Amino acid sequence: MIEFLQQLINGLSQGAIYALIALGYTMVFGVLRFINFAHGDIYMLGAFAGFYTAPKLLSLTGGGPSYGGAALVLVAAMALCAAAGVIIERLCYRPLRAQPRLTVLIAAIGVSLFLENGGQFFFGADPQAFPEIIADSAIELPASWGEFASLTLTIGQLIVIGSTIVLLAALRTIVKYTRTGMAMRALSLNPLAASLMGVNTDAVISFTFAIGSALAGAAGILTSIQQPSIDPLMGINAGLKAFVAAVLGGIGNIPGAALGGVIIGVLEALVVGYINPTYRDPLVFAVLILVLLFKPSGLLGKAEREKV
Amino acid sequence: MSAILSIRDLVVCYGSIKALQGISVEIPKGQIITLVGANGAGKTTTLRTISGILKPTAGSIEFKGENIGGLPAHKIVARGIAHSPEGRMIFSNLTVLENLRMGAYLRRDKAGIAEDIRRMCGIFPRLAERESQAAGTLSGGEQQMLAIARALMSRPECLLLDEPSLGIAPILVQAIFEKIVEINRELGLTILLVEQNANLALEVSHYGYVMETGRIILSDTSSALRENPSVRAAYLGG
Repeated sequence: MIEFLQQLINGLSQGAIYALIALGYTMVFGVLRFINFAHGDIYMLGAFAGFYTAPKLLSLTGGGPSYGGAALVLVAAMALCAAAGVIIERLCYRPLRAQPRLTVLIAAIGVSLFLENGGQFFFGADPQAFPEIIADSAIELPASWGEFASLTLTIGQLIVIGSTIVLLAALRTIVKYTRTGMAMRALSLNPLAASLMGVNTDAVISFTFAIGSALAGAAGILTSIQQPSIDPLMGINAGLKAFVAAVLGGIGNIPGAALGGVIIGVLEALVVGYINPTYRDPLVFAVLILVLLFKPSGLLGKAEREKV
Repeated sequence: MSAILSIRDLVVCYGSIKALQGISVEIPKGQIITLVGANGAGKTTTLRTISGILKPTAGSIEFKGENIGGLPAHKIVARGIAHSPEGRMIFSNLTVLENLRMGAYLRRDKAGIAEDIRRMCGIFPRLAERESQAAGTLSGGEQQMLAIARALMSRPECLLLDEPSLGIAPILVQAIFEKIVEINRELGLTILLVEQNANLALEVSHYGYVMETGRIILSDTSSALRENPSVRAAYLGG
């Protein structure tokens, strides 16, 4: 039981990362009906944005690791990634909007390769140590918890899970209650009708890329708090798994992406804890195959039906 | 009687195919003007070009004296032309209320929007009953009412109405056309109506244009068109 709970905690903090990345895949799919395969690399850019800005930002808040400094690093990485996402869409995807979707998909793979190799060129191919932006340590659980006191829960894990919850709540508020959020939903349902309502579809698409990329950037920082070794290819694996999470939840469905991320994270932890760490990656892709075979619309996605 | 919307020598191409081969239409303020014709005559293309979904190849579209041809769709709504498209295109996963709010997307006057939503619910009581339901769960006729109400939410001066009777139970078609006449009369709204059911269209409109393969072959007051032997033979079932 304790062992199971421990794996659940580990899985949740990894699942939170997948969830944040998966949201970008699903949101972009919602408005453009295409998979942005460069999205995982935005997550990598987020980690490097933190790597380069952290020393400056931490010195603003007193020099050492601190919550204020970490928050600044997080916000800076999110802002830089949002800008990168908007620029990539503007330069690489928008000119291809009228072309067949396969063309844009191939362009996205091209952007992904560009970011990975450009990253190796500019940041160096060797893994780098991410600076310590918060003092991470295990939390001493009260002895009165009995056997539960032996669980390991770190400050880093709490911050990852807590930040993810806050970001998800913020995203939900934007999508559900703001004018732009409503335009985003309308656009994903019917782009033509949305433009007839006065929605500037290009602007809403840019906004969607900004939000999705900012969330991936946040994931890059949050993951680096737990595993402080970053490299320019770190986005490949995480991006693929987050993509599986988005498909599992139902591509295009925002709560689905969050749920899918958490499920993938927890499944991975259980496989690592109970079976064999070697099976971690195969498991994720087995999930993808099973979803595509038995419920292609995903857990929360609805098969579209037209009414006459 | 001055035209609020006038189309001159409009040419629209899909690739190398000329869908409109130079049509001219005058739409006087406050009237219902109809385009009738068979499938593929270019009626929907005309509406889509006015609302900015399609780009004109040649010719001009003047609205209140300014050329709006080629502007993107979202800028044309802002000028005061609303388009209720063929096939309704309601936002099926949004609620009825959210659909109406989307219609008022460019407006910032919260109180005015709330008041207009109440007004739409007055015109179409069915919508009031279902305001928090997902729009996709409405019947075809109710969806059409929603599409019209949604277009009216932008407070347009001119409404483009594409095939409001398409795929709707006959009993509701009558009701919807009564509403169209009511909206025209009470709000003084100019309406450009495209409709396959020529009988119905010529009954409610003031003036009509008959289209065939991208051209206008005839235009006259609607009552005259109804009496015209060739129109009767081709479009009104003899």
